[in-house]
Amino acid sequence: MTVTVNGEATELAEDATVEHVLARHLGPGRAGSGVAVALNGEVVSRTEWSARRLRHHDRLEVLAARGGG
Amino acid sequence: MTGSRCSPQGEGADIDDPLVIAGVSYSSRLIMGTGGAPNLDALEKALVASGAELATVALRRVSPAARGSVLDVLERTGCRLLPNTAGCFTARDAVTTAQLAREAFSTDWIKLEVIADEHTLLPEAVELLDAAEKLVDDGFSVLAYTNDDPVLALRLEAVGCAAVMPLGSPIGSGMGILNPFNLSLIVDRLSVPVILDAGVGTASDAAIAMELGCDAVLAASAVTRAREPATMAEAVRKAVEAGRLARRAGRIPRRLYAEPSTTFEDLPDLKSGPQQD
Repeated sequence: MTVTVNGEATELAEDATVEHVLARHLGPGRAGSGVAVALNGEVVSRTEWSARRLRHHDRLEVLAARGGG
Repeated sequence: MTGSRCSPQGEGADIDDPLVIAGVSYSSRLIMGTGGAPNLDALEKALVASGAELATVALRRVSPAARGSVLDVLERTGCRLLPNTAGCFTARDAVTTAQLAREAFSTDWIKLEVIADEHTLLPEAVELLDAAEKLVDDGFSVLAYTNDDPVLALRLEAVGCAAVMPLGSPIGSGMGILNPFNLSLIVDRLSVPVILDAGVGTASDAAIAMELGCDAVLAASAVTRAREPATMAEAVRKAVEAGRLARRAGRIPRRLYAEPSTTFEDLPDLKSGPQQD
């Protein structure tokens, strides 16, 4: 299936979860604090990352801190 | 000594004049924005020189290749993190961004920004008030970036904002405080802290904000985009301290005519020649 991760179409296994995407996108050990996830415009809380399955055409945003006023 | 707290003008006030936002005390009245710095090292030096205890960060898409993080800089400098909703145009986006920031940073403090367009970056008053109300209801401590409009500032206070942050002039414009009268009205009428946000171009702008009675100043571009960010951070820190002291000292009124500081009494008679009978 295809999921849009931070604006880029990404091919994922059918049973992929939010946690899978984070591991792939951030590398091991980096998906800790300081990261937030929105799925189709809604917040996915940290406690749901491992169980939340993705669907074809989902839109996932993976966010972190950036310098800002 | 009675042990009672000193009045604001009283003995010991110099060392006991904290900024209190949502029940948290800060000894520094300068809040730093972390955007616009040439690199993280320059940002860190500027933060140290600023003496700030609170600094804003934005939430953006992660870049897997990024080396170092603004979060590491804040941790090393001991700054508490204040996430913002920079770049949001609607109440919905701002509320979602605040909730994402709470997830990412485990804080329910949010600097709420809802802008109307990307050219002026001026606040979108209707969406701002709507977002502020929703976030307060959701348990956030909301510090709301707003226009220098006393009516809107009062509305933001009324819906429960922890602090109100009027602009001096547009973000990054460096044009200082364009409407000091409005700022004075806001300071006079609100009970929650008033923090000047946006428009500071150099140290004197920060001093004027504090002299007008603001409780704190947020500086970002003025420091991070200065030729020497750390030097400007020190200058703005000193300006904030000086302006605060001047406000508490109570300035003299402005007058149209001169008011001699030396009395005319006992002025010597210096006409030439001896006394005439």
